[in-house]
Amino acid sequence: MTATGPATAPVTAALALGDDALVLSHRLGEWAGHAPVLEEEVALANIALDLLGQARVLLSLAGDEDELAYLREERAFRNLQLVEQPNGDFAHTIARQLYFSTYQQLLYAELAAGDGPFAPLAAKAVKEVAYHRDHAEQWTLRLGDGTQSSHERTQRACDALWRFTGEMFQPVEGLTTDPAALETRWLESVTDVLGRATLTVPEGPRSGAWTAGAGRQGLHTESFGRMLAEMQHLHRSHPGASW
Amino acid sequence: MVTATALETELLELAGAVPDPELPVLTLRELGVLRAVRLHGTDTVEVDLTPTYTGCPAVEAMSLDIERVLRAHGMREVTVRTVLSPAWSTDDITPEGREKLREFGIAPPRVHPGTGPVPLALGPTRTHDTAAEAEPVRCPHCGSADTELLSRFSSTACKALRRCLACREPFDHFKEL
Repeated sequence: MTATGPATAPVTAALALGDDALVLSHRLGEWAGHAPVLEEEVALANIALDLLGQARVLLSLAGDEDELAYLREERAFRNLQLVEQPNGDFAHTIARQLYFSTYQQLLYAELAAGDGPFAPLAAKAVKEVAYHRDHAEQWTLRLGDGTQSSHERTQRACDALWRFTGEMFQPVEGLTTDPAALETRWLESVTDVLGRATLTVPEGPRSGAWTAGAGRQGLHTESFGRMLAEMQHLHRSHPGASW
Repeated sequence: MVTATALETELLELAGAVPDPELPVLTLRELGVLRAVRLHGTDTVEVDLTPTYTGCPAVEAMSLDIERVLRAHGMREVTVRTVLSPAWSTDDITPEGREKLREFGIAPPRVHPGTGPVPLALGPTRTHDTAAEAEPVRCPHCGSADTELLSRFSSTACKALRRCLACREPFDHFKEL
């Protein structure tokens, strides 16, 4: 297919961005009832709700939102492996938020400035994501520059998730943004936050042979299947059920 | 701009008078989420509604309320469309809407300084209280400007949780978007 009009959303890109938002939304929702303090419980649920709203719009550009969310198999999901990583401790969740929301804010700001099919959603979502990124930054500063224990655990979390960050800058079919330029700005921003949080920018590779761009191609890490099973179980057990 | 007929204006007023399901002190017109009402024929109407936040769960309740009100006014078919563009901003809340929020105990959003895009500074220039550039958030109870942020997120996606350092009351702030 060539020369699709500006109103037609490229399905591959809509799925990639929609699945990122959906999967991270679900992971954050898992904190409900478990967050360290009430304010954080509310904050993580609010962020999850924003992401779910974005996912609904994006998946609707690619097809039927419910079918896509609840009836696809693991290999059909196109989300980054970063967003499917288990919540771990609070530091892991915050490191994941910092890495992802920095990427999402930069990407959406660029999409919002254009006139492509994602511009209306991106223009709206980028304002929400600015709050998500700020929330992650404030927590990274507080944990990194906090106690010895919070510092060590946050460093460990940043190190552990580092190898999933290269995938964000693989080209996605249908996205006209420049991944290399995005990556430079992402590294600048994350390096700045980690530095102010007295944390060290991890040194390992940002992707491995088995991880490079694999989520976008439908290859996922071990815990994702279990997450999907939980997410899809109700819908699959009671097809067509409604409130 | 297409000129609205007298009936369209009337329907827009009716739909605009529907209270927000989560903040019933505000009407949809005061919240600034009602974009247009278009009449097709004599009794088929299409309403454009924009969400405050992309994931705002109140949109469905708003749509149902609008449908109910317009049907009661003789419309046979009411379709409520969700439109994203141009994105809703807290600047779309009317002055009387802001006043009602304050009376209700919610600090209204501050007006954005410019009309351009929201500044998205990443990195070193970020200060602790991001949105607090010029104007302080005032306590809706005692009016003090001496308030602190407790959490950027509160009971709904559109609010932040703050505390007044003068009267010690915690309060919601309709955060700028």
